[in-house]
Amino acid sequence: MTETKITEEEAVPEARRVETDGVPAAQKPNGVAAHTVVERVAELGEKTVGEVRCDNPFIVTENVDVYYGDNHAIQNVTLEIGKSEVIALIGPSGCGKSTYLRCLNRMNDSIESARVTGTITLDRQDIYGSDLDPVALRARVGMVFQKPNPFPKSIYDNVAYGPRIHGLASDRAELDEIVHTSLDRAGLLKEVKDRMDEPGTGLSGGQQQRLCIARTIAVNPEVILMDEPCSALDPIATARIEDLIDELSRDYAIVIVTHSMQQAARVSQRVAYFHLGRLVEVDETNRIFTNPQHKLTEDYITGRIG
Amino acid sequence: MTASRKKSREIVEAGLARRRRKEATFRATGMLATAVGVIFLGVFFATLIVQGASAFKQTFIKLDVVMSESVLAPDGELDLAYADFDGLVRNALRRDFPNVSGRGERRELYRLVSVAAGYELRDLVAGDPSLLGSTVEIWVPAASNVDMLIKGNIDPSIDESLRPISDAQVAWVESLQRSDRLETRFNTALFTNGDSREPELAGIRGALMGSFYMLIVTVALAFPIGVAAAIYLEEFAPRSRWSDLIEVNINNLAAVPSIVFGLLGLAVFINWMALPRSAPLVGGLVLSLLTLPVIIIASRAAIQSVPPSIREAALGLGASKMQVVFHHVLPLALPGMLTGTIIGMSRALGESAPLLMIGMVAFIVDVPGSFTDPATALPVQVYLWADSPERAFAERTSAAIIVLLGFLLMMNLAAVIIRKRMERKW
Amino acid sequence: MQNLTLILLLAAMAGGAFFMGRRRSFAVVGGLAHSARLHSLPGYYGYFTLIWCLLPALGLFLVWVLVEPKVIVALIIESLPGAQRTMSAGELNLLVNNIQNLAAGDAISGEIDAVMRDAADRYNDYVAASRRMLAALTLGIAGLGGAIALRRIRPEFRARNRVEQVVLYLLIAASSIAILTTVGIVLSVLFEAIRFFREVPLTEFLFGLSWSPQTAIRADQVGSSGSFGAVPLFAGTLLITAIAMVVAVPVGLMTAIYLAEYSSSRVRAVAKPLLEILAGIPTVVYGFFAALTVAPWVRTAGESIGLEVASESALAAGLVMGIMIIPLVSSLSDDAIHAVPTAMRDGALGLGSTRSEAMVRVMLPAALPGIVGGILLAVSRAIGETMIVVMAAGLAANLTANPFEAVTTVTVQIVTLLVGDQEFDSAKTLAAFALGLMLFVVTLCLNVIGLTFVRKYREQYE
Repeated sequence: MTETKITEEEAVPEARRVETDGVPAAQKPNGVAAHTVVERVAELGEKTVGEVRCDNPFIVTENVDVYYGDNHAIQNVTLEIGKSEVIALIGPSGCGKSTYLRCLNRMNDSIESARVTGTITLDRQDIYGSDLDPVALRARVGMVFQKPNPFPKSIYDNVAYGPRIHGLASDRAELDEIVHTSLDRAGLLKEVKDRMDEPGTGLSGGQQQRLCIARTIAVNPEVILMDEPCSALDPIATARIEDLIDELSRDYAIVIVTHSMQQAARVSQRVAYFHLGRLVEVDETNRIFTNPQHKLTEDYITGRIG
Repeated sequence: MTASRKKSREIVEAGLARRRRKEATFRATGMLATAVGVIFLGVFFATLIVQGASAFKQTFIKLDVVMSESVLAPDGELDLAYADFDGLVRNALRRDFPNVSGRGERRELYRLVSVAAGYELRDLVAGDPSLLGSTVEIWVPAASNVDMLIKGNIDPSIDESLRPISDAQVAWVESLQRSDRLETRFNTALFTNGDSREPELAGIRGALMGSFYMLIVTVALAFPIGVAAAIYLEEFAPRSRWSDLIEVNINNLAAVPSIVFGLLGLAVFINWMALPRSAPLVGGLVLSLLTLPVIIIASRAAIQSVPPSIREAALGLGASKMQVVFHHVLPLALPGMLTGTIIGMSRALGESAPLLMIGMVAFIVDVPGSFTDPATALPVQVYLWADSPERAFAERTSAAIIVLLGFLLMMNLAAVIIRKRMERKW
Repeated sequence: MQNLTLILLLAAMAGGAFFMGRRRSFAVVGGLAHSARLHSLPGYYGYFTLIWCLLPALGLFLVWVLVEPKVIVALIIESLPGAQRTMSAGELNLLVNNIQNLAAGDAISGEIDAVMRDAADRYNDYVAASRRMLAALTLGIAGLGGAIALRRIRPEFRARNRVEQVVLYLLIAASSIAILTTVGIVLSVLFEAIRFFREVPLTEFLFGLSWSPQTAIRADQVGSSGSFGAVPLFAGTLLITAIAMVVAVPVGLMTAIYLAEYSSSRVRAVAKPLLEILAGIPTVVYGFFAALTVAPWVRTAGESIGLEVASESALAAGLVMGIMIIPLVSSLSDDAIHAVPTAMRDGALGLGSTRSEAMVRVMLPAALPGIVGGILLAVSRAIGETMIVVMAAGLAANLTANPFEAVTTVTVQIVTLLVGDQEFDSAKTLAAFALGLMLFVVTLCLNVIGLTFVRKYREQYE
C-alpha cells in the first residue's frame, strides 16, 4: 500500500515529488524506522556486490548519479543490462529503483530540478548525448507504467497512437496490420477484436495494462521498461501479465521494477537490489534469492526490511 | 525482427527534424500567447501613467488682489453670497497686464484664471473679514486650458484656430512664467472636490465617498449573510434536491451578467420598495447581492479546508453541532472567509454597470454625507469623465483610474497578506 | 436619523435583555454557585432573552419601514379633493411627487396651491404620527418579548436548544437569499417584459430587423411608435462576442498550455499573478482604454491600409473584450489541463511523443469537456459585458457582419434605455427589461451548460 502511494507520487512532475522520492529515510524526523536506517547506512558500502557486468550488454550505465535539487536520489550506480534478458529491480520504497528506471528512457527530463550525471549508453550510443533526441530514444525504449494508463481514445487509436506520431505506417492497411500484430502479441486481440472502436478505458484493469503493453510494442522498441506493472492488478491479471513478460523476453530486453519478490523470482533472470539510492547487489535471480551476498539484501529478502 | 526494427528506427529518425520544428513552433506560439497578456498589461499601465500622472499636478497663478470694499460691498453691506469676488480677480489681472484693452481681449485675459479663484477669495474673506480693504497675495488655480498648455498637452506651435487657447493668452502665460507668477503644485482639488463641469475644479471626493458608503453597506450585508449561508450549506444542509438547487443557483449567480443585477435593483429596490434613486444604500444592496455568491463560494472552500478531525474532537467532548461550528470551525475558517470577502469587495468596488441602472450616474457636485444622499461611485465617475471631450478630463479620468486601481491593489494585497499570515498547515 | 436612534435604542434593549436573561438564570437556581443545575450555560439564557427581545421588534420595524411610504401616499391621495382624484396615473404621480418635495421643503416645479400645501402639511403629520407609532410599537414589542422570555427561564429550560434552533433558521434564511435573488431577477425582468410584450408582439421583438426605440413623449407626435426588432442587437452582440472569442480562446488556451507544459516555475510565478491582475481590472477601465486608445488605433491602422473604419468599430470593442477574457479562458483551461492525470502525459511521452504531440493528441482531447465548459462561460461573460461596449461600441443598430462598422449590443441598449429620466410604463423602458430577460435566459443557459461540463469533467478524473 505504502509502496503504491509513493510510486504514484513519483509520476507527478511537480516539485513536491522531490520531497518524497528517494529522500533518505534518515532525514525524516521522529520515525522509528529512521533510527534503524541511520545505523544501517554504514553497512551500505561504496561498491556493489555481485556481478554488475553481463555477457551481451545492451544498456550500460556507468557511475550514474541522479539529483532532485539538493536531494541525491541515486548514487553511483553501475549496471549492465543484456540484450534479451529480464532484469528485475527490487528494494524498499524510495530506494530509487523507479528513478533509475526512468533514467533509461530519459523520463526524468521533464522534472525541472532533476539532474543526471554519469554515462548511460544504449547499444554503445550515449543516450544523454546532445545528438540524441529523447523522442527517438523513447521509440527504442518503451515504457509500461504502474497504473494502466490507456488514453481516453478507442482501443484501436490507443495502439495506433505510437505508429501514427512516428509515421511508422504508410497507409491504413499497414496501420491495421501493426495494431493487430501488437494486440496479438500482447494477448489481447481475441478479447477486443470485435470492439476496436470502444474506448480503451472501458476495459478491465488487466486488459488495460495489456493494452498499454500492446501500445508500447506497436512502436517496435528494443527495450521495454516496466514500472511495477502489476501493482494495481488482481492476481489473475498479474499472472497473465507475467506470462506475457515471459513471452516478450524472447524479443525484448525487459527491465522491470517490482515490489514483489515472488514476481521478481518468477519473471527475471537477474535481480538488482537497491537501497537508499545505491545499487547494493546484482546477481542471477536464483543466486540472489538463495544465497544473497550482502546483509541488506538478505534482510530485505527475508522480510526484515521492506 | 531486427530488419523491421531497423526500418522503424530509420523512419523515426527521418521524421525527427520535422517534428522538432513543429515542437519549436508550438512552443513559440505558447510563449507569444503568454506575452500578449503581459504586454497588454504593460502597455495599459504605461498609457495610464503617461496620461494620468500629470493630473496630480495643477497650475496656479499668483495674483495681488485688492480686497476693495467698493467692489465687494458697494452699498456698505457685505453679503458673501452675492459679493462680486470675480470682479476682484478681474481687477487684479488687469493690473498685472495694464496693456490689455478692448472687451474681447480682456475677456480672454480673465479666462486665464479658473472660476474657482472667486470662491477662494470668498472663503478667505469669510474666514477673516478684517481682510476687507487690504491687498492679498494669493495663488489661485489657473484655467484648465492654461494648465494643459503648461503640461504640454496643448501645442502652442500649431495654428491658433486649432487650439483652445489664443496666441495672446500664450504670451500672457509666458510673461507670468517669467515673472514667477505661475507654478505647478500638487493637485489637492482632485481629492477634496466633488464633480464639476470645470475640469480644474473636478475632483473624485464625491465618487470616493459614494463608493465608500456603498462598500460599507455591501460588507455589512454580504459578509454575515454569505458566511451564514456557507455555514448552513457546508455544515447543516442535508444532501437533498433543495441543497443541490441552492448550489447550482449560487454557481450560476456568480456568472450572471452584472447588469442584470442592476435591473433587479431598479425593479425591486427602487420601483417596488420605493428606495431613493442614486443612493449609496441601493447601490450597496445591489452590490451585496452581486458579491454574495463570491463570498459564499470562498467561505465554503474555507470551511471545507478545516479538517474533520477538529470537528470530531469537539463533538467527542460533548459539544453540540452548533457549538462546534461557532467555536471551532468558524475561527479556523475565518481567514479564508475574510480573503474571499475582500476579493468580493474589490470586485464590488470596480463594478459600474449595475450602478448605471439605479441612477448612480447623475452629475452630482455635492459630496454625499449619508447613505441616502445622491451619489456616484469611483468607476462610474471614470465612465462619466471618459465621456467628456475636454483634454483635461481625459487626464483626470486616467488619474481617477490610477486611484481606483490603487485601491484595488491594496485590497488584493491585504487579501494576500491575510492568506499568507493566517495560513495554517494541517 | 430618527430610525437610527430607534435602532440604537433597540440594540441597547437587546443588550440589556441578554444580561437580564443571564442574571435571571442564576436567580432561578439560587445564585452563581449553583449554575451547574441549569440545563444550558447561563449565556444561552441571555441569548434566548435577547432573541425574543430583538427579532420580533426588528421584523416589525422592517415591514413598517417598507410599507409606510405606500400607505401614506395612499392616505394622501384618498384625502385629495375630487378633482385631483380623477387625474391620470402619471399626473397623479407627479402631484404626489410635488407634495412630497414640498413637505420636505425642497424646491418644486410648478405652482403651489392651497390644496398642495394642505396635502403637504398632512403628509408631514402622517409621517410624524407614523414615526411615533413605530417607535412605541417597536419598543413595546421588544420589552414584551423580553419579558415573556424572562418568565420562561427555569433551571430545566433547554435554552441552548432553543437558541440553536433560531440560529439554524437564520442560517437557512441566509442561504435562501441566493435563491431569492434568482427569483427576484426572474420576476422583475419577467413582469416588465410581459408588459412590454403586451405592447410589442414577441415575434416582432425576436425577428424584427429594425431597432429604433424612440417613442414620442406625447401620443399625437409624429413617429410616435418606435420599432422594436431586436435582431440587429443580437447580431451586434454576436459579432462583438465572436471577435472577443477569436482573441481570447486561442490566446487563453495557448497561454494555459505554455504555463502548464513549457514555462519554468519562475516564469509561471510571474505570469500567473500578472494574468490575475488583468482579470481584476474593472471593466470600466477596459472601456476607457478601448474608447480612447484602441479605437483610434484601429481606425488609423485600418485607414492606413485603405479600409473605412467607424470610430466606434465593433473590432475595437471586441479586441479589448477579448483581452479582458483571456485570463478567464486561460485559468479555466489550466484547471482542465491539470485535471488530466499525469499518467496520460507520461504514457504519451513514454511512447516517444514530443511535448506538443502529447499535449495536442492526448492532453487536450482529454481536457476538452473542461475547456469547452470554460469557453461557454467565457461566451456568457462576453455577452453580458456592459461597460466596454457602452464606452467603445456604438448606439446605432446596424445589421452588419463587418467588424469595421459600428454595431450596438443588447447591454448597450439596456443602458441607453434606462439611463436618464424615464417613465416606467413607456415601451421604451419596458424594452430594456425584455432585453434583460433575453440576456438572463441566454447567459443562464450558457452558464448551466458550461458549469455542468466543468463539474462532470472534474468528477470524471477524481
